[in-house]
Amino acid sequence: MSSFSVTEPSTRSKWFAGSLVILYALITMVPLAWIMLTGFKSPADAISYPPKVIFDPTLEGYVNLFTTRTRQTDEFLAANPPETWYEEIVRQYDMVIAGPSKFGERFLNSVIIGFGSTFLSVFLGTLAAYAFSRFKIPLADDLLFFILSTRMMPPIAVAIPIFLMYRQLGLSDTHLGMILLYTAVNISLAVWLLKSFIDGIPTEYEEAALIDGYTRFQAFYKVVLPQAATGIASTAIFCLIFAWNEYAFAVLLTSGTAQTAPPFIPTIIGVGGLDWPAVAAGATIFLLPVMIFTVALRKHLLRGITFGAVRK
Amino acid sequence: MTETPITRAARGTPPTVARKIKGLSDRAIAWIFVGPTIFLLLAVNIFPLIWTINLSFTNFRANRPNREVEYVGLRNYERILTDTDIWLNMQATAHFLFWTIVLQVLIGFTLAYLINKKFKGNDLWTTIIVLPMMLSPAVVGNFWKFLYQPQIGLFNYIVAFFTGKDPSSFEMLGQVNLAPWSIVIVDTWMWTPFVMLICLAGLRSIPDYIYEAAEIDRASKWRQFWTITVPMVMPFLMLAVLFRGIENFKMFDLVVQLTGGGPGSTTELTSINLKREAFEKWRTGYASAYAIILFVTVFGLASIYVKALNKVKER
Repeated sequence: MSSFSVTEPSTRSKWFAGSLVILYALITMVPLAWIMLTGFKSPADAISYPPKVIFDPTLEGYVNLFTTRTRQTDEFLAANPPETWYEEIVRQYDMVIAGPSKFGERFLNSVIIGFGSTFLSVFLGTLAAYAFSRFKIPLADDLLFFILSTRMMPPIAVAIPIFLMYRQLGLSDTHLGMILLYTAVNISLAVWLLKSFIDGIPTEYEEAALIDGYTRFQAFYKVVLPQAATGIASTAIFCLIFAWNEYAFAVLLTSGTAQTAPPFIPTIIGVGGLDWPAVAAGATIFLLPVMIFTVALRKHLLRGITFGAVRK
Repeated sequence: MTETPITRAARGTPPTVARKIKGLSDRAIAWIFVGPTIFLLLAVNIFPLIWTINLSFTNFRANRPNREVEYVGLRNYERILTDTDIWLNMQATAHFLFWTIVLQVLIGFTLAYLINKKFKGNDLWTTIIVLPMMLSPAVVGNFWKFLYQPQIGLFNYIVAFFTGKDPSSFEMLGQVNLAPWSIVIVDTWMWTPFVMLICLAGLRSIPDYIYEAAEIDRASKWRQFWTITVPMVMPFLMLAVLFRGIENFKMFDLVVQLTGGGPGSTTELTSINLKREAFEKWRTGYASAYAIILFVTVFGLASIYVKALNKVKER
């Protein structure tokens, strides 16, 4: 070390700390790695004992995830040789592909509801956050606390009246209903998080713009919005991840048309309860986007998970 | 009022012109901006809450909407508070809350302390460690169920490998004595990074000069840890505990997928119990009273806790 500092840890303690952290990281990754591996196993390999780390990779899990299959007679199988690689996989079990499974639809529902509610909550959240940050609003602290407190309700408790209300309004099991609900749940996060970002933007820019003849509204969208872009983007990702992961409302309020992937994935397991590779494949496809977003978001992670309370 | 360019410009402009320049008044814009959010929350949170309070005094059943609804006064509340089964659910929730928080604080703080040694590549490893907490709890619960399978599950295999037990000799999800721990383990795996991140922010907020001063005073590293590091991180740690406490009090998705509340009702946390009452037994009035009791409990505990947190911050 060139300059001595009492706060700089010694090389040895760095090395020690590093190896412990890496050890923890590796252990914590085992379940995730295992589920991804399982997606490429055959059902027999997935439930073999001892657990197999080395196996013949197959796309069976993924084929099963996206298709429904039926058993066929030998004559039928002989008369219709498999034409595609996925037909071939299914033929090992004397089956043919009967059609697509519902996974695609459920995944699409997750995308529609996720993006729809994210757009709405970020849109409303940005406006509200700007107002809370810049204007004197009577009882602002109480309103902000009220907004936050809506998060403390257990989802099941809110679900009872929502269920009744949606039944009355015809919003049960609709995309619109779920989008509105997720927007209401996410808006507290959006307002608090965006307020913390907008609070960090100096007011001088807007004031200069106002003097230059901008209206308050122009100053907001031409001056403040571009500066808040990073904050808005990371808030959007947080809202998206939440809506993507949500399960309680989805399982209680949707059953078909608007059902998202989380309540659907556990049902993939099938009648025999043995098709773990298909479940693993579904989980992998569903979790992967979130992992990518998390890596993209790592600088703002802390602020996001604490609703803007802790800023780095 | 402080002198800003705006106030100066405002003073120099005649009122009629000023109105044209500004367009809508600030006050109008404030209400236009905040209004929709408040409206949405009133419609989707407060209105339902009031409805729930109303329902909680009735014997309404959502699966029989045409039956006449009677007001039963406080009977639902009375029955819940004297029901011993519900106290068992409360105990299961308390066990889950207590152990997840203890483990997550211990492991999370230790990890943050180690990461703060700033070894090479600590950013990369931090990002990897953080991954589990961003995933869907329902899906996580579902695949941990696979890991917990006796005989074929990886968890049982690894435990068996290190202890020499037979991997099919214990069932994490099926045994009354193990099931409460199985949910603690998964929640800890998932949420320790959350506590870690917040602790890390706390550790990084401590300025170097405090340690330098302590070093000049010849305070031992041990003493520095207890008199500087711990007190300075405390507000952050308490914030983390608040978040985890509220979240785990509401816990539903992860545990429902893992154990479904079983075996028996050993892991039937209050949220799961509430779901049974409301959406399987359809005792809507009773479940509404239950929901209100839970909400008041969280809200009350959280408020007391926040007061304590503010005291720690002031110190």
